[in-house]
This record gives sequence, structure tokens and C-alpha cells, in this order.
Amino acid sequence: MRVARKFTAVLAFLLAAGSILHGTGSLRADETEIVLKEWSGRDAVINNCGACHSLDYIKMNSPFLDKTGWEGEVTKMIKGYGAPIDDANAKQIAAYLAANYGK
Amino acid sequence: MPKSEIDRREMLRLAAGTALAAPWLASATSALAAQAPSLDPRLPSGVATEALLEALPGKAPLIKLAYRAPNYESPLSVFKDTITPNDSFFVRYHLSDIPNVNAATWRISIGGEGATTPLDIGFDDLRKNFEPVELVAVCQCSGNRRGLANPHVPGVQWGVGAMGNARWKGARLKDILAKAGLKEETIEIAFDGADGPAVDATPDFVKSLPLWKALDSDTIVAYEMNGEPLPHFNGFPARLIAPGWTATYWMKHLTRIEARTKPLDNFWMKSAYRVPARLFPSTQRFVSQESPANTPITEIMVNSLITSPLSAEAKSGETLTINGIAWDGGFGISSVEISQDGGKSWTSAELGPDLGRYSFRDWQISLGRPPRGKVDILAKASNAIGQSQPMTAIPNPAGYHHNAVARLALTVV
Repeated sequence: MRVARKFTAVLAFLLAAGSILHGTGSLRADETEIVLKEWSGRDAVINNCGACHSLDYIKMNSPFLDKTGWEGEVTKMIKGYGAPIDDANAKQIAAYLAANYGK
Repeated sequence: MPKSEIDRREMLRLAAGTALAAPWLASATSALAAQAPSLDPRLPSGVATEALLEALPGKAPLIKLAYRAPNYESPLSVFKDTITPNDSFFVRYHLSDIPNVNAATWRISIGGEGATTPLDIGFDDLRKNFEPVELVAVCQCSGNRRGLANPHVPGVQWGVGAMGNARWKGARLKDILAKAGLKEETIEIAFDGADGPAVDATPDFVKSLPLWKALDSDTIVAYEMNGEPLPHFNGFPARLIAPGWTATYWMKHLTRIEARTKPLDNFWMKSAYRVPARLFPSTQRFVSQESPANTPITEIMVNSLITSPLSAEAKSGETLTINGIAWDGGFGISSVEISQDGGKSWTSAELGPDLGRYSFRDWQISLGRPPRGKVDILAKASNAIGQSQPMTAIPNPAGYHHNAVARLALTVV
């Protein structure tokens, strides 16, 4: 089990490293094990959402938000928390979240 | 996704239930079972895929809800003790840049427009130049139990463990403010900590208190928690203690205290941590931050928790004793009552020692030897000003103040 965990951690890190490095928050090893569903827009989610917070926030908040609910969350991250996400990415992220982690 | 990853996740999901479903799973999940917390079935199902029992440096294993910013809650078993051990105390951050603070070089600056004689103080000043005071107080996240809200609302999906009770030792904030010489126009005192955001555009976490609460003799800058230095993840070297009020005001790693002549206008005051006006029976007000529609959250609502038995099964022929804790916003617990008939009739539990009006209060009741079958137990606390818990939580947009009566569904076998 330990070996398997290490292996997946390394793999997940290689997937995630390029996109999360510009965040100044410390990246905990286990965070790299979080896997989001394969779907169009997944990279935008990892690159943008993952810059400021671990992606378990997304899975934890599922599946009870509808499309409007997820759009509201993305808007809150941009307007409230200052996330530098452009309109095209915001739309793609909200669509991904609603399709994969919506109700 | 590698196959081993799928297997791990699936096993974790299975192991997250209160009992293993089949004996053959026992060996396969033995390594994981230790990591899988027992989760409330009312939580969103997504919580179970991510929650793990994991120890942060310097902490005991807690239920990990989010890695970054770190959000870890105490398992229910922690609350068998009236005082929460430091290493089991919950961890909650909004922002992920959390520096290790060196107490030898750390300073708190005290200033602002409302201060006539700004100054800064270090760790030794704080401990030696101010009269030390001690008090026991509950630190509870405003959103504790958000995950139990029905319908669910977004945010950290806390179960019951985003709270703890500790004996805090520190200097009175009013004594520190006296050295800064407050002007008459001062209306709020604001607080900043060493932690910061991952990107500069994210508003730094800065909070304010109304002047009256800041000058309360029980509001302190604490440098000890249960007789020891604060753990890093609970605010080392010093944090604000605003007893009775929710933890959003208890600034960790305190670096700046600002006397303000104008209301603090930031995301954390104007958008976050607000409740609809007059929805909750709060009696303590933060007038300079109120709007017609909503107000800042202030004191903790009266609440209780059943802490024992932890198992959903009891044995017939044995005396059934129920234990728990109750707490409120600093008025003091006056009674805890138990119902076994869905709230039609109530019996008083025996209260334990009084550790002060801001503390958890233990309670206990013996229910004799109940016959085989199902027993649905409700616990309801009341406080010294006549407030008690509602049967169901009061819905509100951010899922704050969840204080529905505590419930334990037991099967006597």
C-alpha cells in the first residue's frame, strides 16, 4: 500500500506540478493524490482553482450545487477572493464543476 | 487515473462507514481503516471521498477536510474531555501562506488613526509587562456543522468538530490598548495575523471588533493554551481570544492591532461572516458593521453535543448512561434536558463542574435499562437568559449557527 501510494503521489505530482507552482502556499505531499474527473475543462480547474486552494474543496462541496450554484461559487472566487480568472475560463470551470460535481 | 488510485479511493469510501460491510474487507482495509474517520451520514457524499484522519506537524490525527488552506476538525471522541487537548484542537485557515513565526523576533504593532501613542511589543513584553489572566473558553467556528445543513450550502463541510475548549492565558486587550492611548473617536479595533493569501489580489484576513467587546476584561491576547505555548496551527505565538464570540474574531499569529475611527471595510467584514438581520436571537451587537439586511455574526448560540456512547448500539440489561457537553455565548448553561419521545417530554440531566460561563459544561443522565429496540435520544441545552436550542437548525445562506438539538439514534440489542 505504501509503495502504491508513493507511486500515485509521484504521478499525480507530475500532473499537477506545472500548474500549481505559481501558488505561494505550501504544497502538501498528499494533496497531489486528489484526482478530479476527466472531462473538458479539467485543466482549467486545476490551473485556476488549484492555484489558491487544494481541490478537495471541490469534491467536499458535492454533489449539491446546481449550475447556478457553481457559477455563483466561481463568481465569489473572482469578485470576493480576487482570483485572476478571465471570463472564458470562468465559464469553462463552472461548466466542468456543474457537469461533474453538480446535483 | 491509475488503477491503484481507483482501488484506494473505493476502499476508502467503503471504510468511511461506521462498520466494515464484509469480513473479507477487514484485511484489505486494515491500513486504511485507521485513516478513515467515522462520518455523519448527513454530510454531503463528496466529503467521504476526501476526508482522512491525518496529523499535521505537531498535531494528533484530525479529520482532514481540506489540505490547503488547512481545515481539520476534531473527531467526536475528542469531546469526552471537557478541556480539548492542544494537539486535538481543530485547525481552520482561510489563507494558505502560513509562516512559521519565530517568537524571539515576532512583534505586535499597535496603532491606527485612533491611537495617540502607537507602540509595538514582543513576546517577552506580552508575558512580563501585562497582568496575566486566565479563562476557559470555547473556540467555535461560525460554520461548525455547516455540513449538516439541510439543504446543503457551500463552504467547508464541517461536522460537529470545528470547535474546542481550552484554558487560555494572556494579557487583557484593554491593558494593551491603554498603552496606545485610544482617542474618543475610536469605534472598532481591527486585528491582522501573520498568515496571508496565495495571490496578492485575495483580501488579507483582517477582522475587527466593536470597541465595547475589545475593552471587555475577558478579551485577551493569549500566549498560553492549557498551560503550554499555542500549537503553530492554533496561532503561535499569540492569538486573540474573544470569549463567547465565534472563532472568526479569534485572530491567530497576531501581528497588528489597529484602533479605527471608521468601520473596517473589507471582504471579511462586509461580505463574509454575516447573518440575516433578526434571524437569530443574538443579543450582542456590532452596530458599526450592521446593515438593514444583515449583521456580522457575534455570539455563539446555545448548543449541546452527545459525546457518549459513541456506538450506535447499546446492550440490553445494562444501565445506559448518556454523556455530553453544552455551551453558549457566555451567559452560562442553566440546564440540559433529555427526551426519548421526540421532544414531547423532557428530563433534566445532571450538570458537571462549572469551569466558567464561556466553557463547555459536562452533563450526564442515566436512562436505566432500556428494553430491546430503538431509542431516539434528544438533548437540549438552555442558558441563563432563557435561550434554548431549536428542533431543527435555522437555514441561512452561509450555514452559520447550526445549533439544532443533539440527537442519538441507538439500538438496544
